[in-house]
Amino acid sequence: MPMLTVENLFASYGAVRALHGVSLEVNEGELVALLGVNGAGKSTTLKSIMGVLRPVKGTVTFLGQEITNRKPEVIVKRGVSLVPEGRDIFGTLTVEENLRLGAFSSYQRDRYKADLKEMFELFPILEERFTQAGGLLSGGEQQMLAIARALMAHPKLLMLDEPSLGLSPTMTDQIFTLIKGLRERGSTILLVEQNAERALEVVDRAYLLANGAVEFAGTTEELKRKVDIANVYFGGEDADSCEVSL
Amino acid sequence: MNLEFFINTLSLGSLYALLALGLVLVYGILKLVNFAYGEYIMIAGYGLYLSATVLHAPWWATMLLGVLAAVLTSYLTELAAFRPVRSKSPMALIVTSFAVSIFLQNVVLIMVSPRARAVQLPALFSQTITIGGATTPVRNLLVIGTTVIVLVLMSFLMKKTVLGMAMRAAADKFTTTRLMGVPANLVISAAFIISGFLAGISSIFWIGRSASVDPLTGSAPLLIAFIATVMGGMHSPTGAVVGGFVYGLLFNVLSITLPASMISYRDAFMFVIVVLFLLFRPEGIIRGGYTEERVG
Repeated sequence: MPMLTVENLFASYGAVRALHGVSLEVNEGELVALLGVNGAGKSTTLKSIMGVLRPVKGTVTFLGQEITNRKPEVIVKRGVSLVPEGRDIFGTLTVEENLRLGAFSSYQRDRYKADLKEMFELFPILEERFTQAGGLLSGGEQQMLAIARALMAHPKLLMLDEPSLGLSPTMTDQIFTLIKGLRERGSTILLVEQNAERALEVVDRAYLLANGAVEFAGTTEELKRKVDIANVYFGGEDADSCEVSL
Repeated sequence: MNLEFFINTLSLGSLYALLALGLVLVYGILKLVNFAYGEYIMIAGYGLYLSATVLHAPWWATMLLGVLAAVLTSYLTELAAFRPVRSKSPMALIVTSFAVSIFLQNVVLIMVSPRARAVQLPALFSQTITIGGATTPVRNLLVIGTTVIVLVLMSFLMKKTVLGMAMRAAADKFTTTRLMGVPANLVISAAFIISGFLAGISSIFWIGRSASVDPLTGSAPLLIAFIATVMGGMHSPTGAVVGGFVYGLLFNVLSITLPASMISYRDAFMFVIVVLFLLFRPEGIIRGGYTEERVG
């Protein structure tokens, strides 16, 4: 049984329909990417899974239990964490306080200390900046803090929304190395990326979203073979309509 | 500086700071200027009155019950009135706060009386004391002391406890705070409960000045709290506290500098100052802090 099953999900922002029946699965231990151009419905899918956005129709099942229409705070407790697009660090709170809130749903005093140590090993910069306000960190540091904050909750499934957005190439490399490292440690990850080329270097499988529906799904090799990604993403004639020739 | 003026300003500023802080806490999280806030103060006044006349409670118990009445009213109005409309438009929330305000005024109007009731406070409140040549009501010193204690407690709560962290985070980014597993209802209820507590505490001193309470008692302190937050800055508790003290200072400066014939226009002068603030520094003295993200 897959860890996460999304079935026929419909969602809208007011009158604007954003998802038209998205279905996808993530198995335990997998690193799966959700690819697509701006407005394809990637973030909307994550928000609907997380309960931030109430889906109009469809179901989300996590570890055999339906979590459709649950509140985000309940879904976090079940073991899903979302690193939101744009990082959303609490800028007026210190790095320490950001991490402490990350552990809100599953706080245990002893484990918390050990978790902090682990985060400092993964992200040494966070130890350096521990008492500084989150808003003073650079974009890349904020992204690390956002990921560390999510990991503090011990998620069974980690969802990352555009972690490389707005980062320098060096920082992007670091983030992708980190994602690979997390996967090797056994984390299950659902990754949303616009940078399809980079994402396909690290993921096991990918879904290609277009206009709020899954256009194509398969392993990385299948995706690379069958879809002319460069054409879709980097200035192809059909980039806007997203008609992928199979 | 004249010591009497100093004590007066500090005590008035303390009271206004407490009033403003209670209003801004809810604003920070719900982005709602709660116009029913004055009614929590009024209800606390009736709590003082009823516990003394009906229950014949000793003075310390009347204060406890008065504050408790405000806390309960604040919490219950959140549950019954604000929670159901929370995800609707900001307008719906504001109109709801007016409705709650009118409802509570009419509850006491019907259940108690439209006329003012005398509230007995300990004699100590109205006694005067002379320190260093300055004569001042003991009440003034009590409000300063109480405010210091409350501000220290609040600062501890907001900075050192996880609930405080969650409330600060929620005031900044509400949805992201929920992504940490912080229940939306927890932070919002906490904000209303603390807001009610501050309304109750300030009510003791507000009512203490006139020693009476009527259904419209809440409108003046609400206005003061609102103006203080506009001047100090709506976007942080610090702004509210600063605004409260600035209001107290300006008010007292006007009181001693205006000629006797103009003193009754003191409020008009205050409003002119507020208008100047809105024109030249609409974000208030203390900038930054809360964002405008609303509860979804």
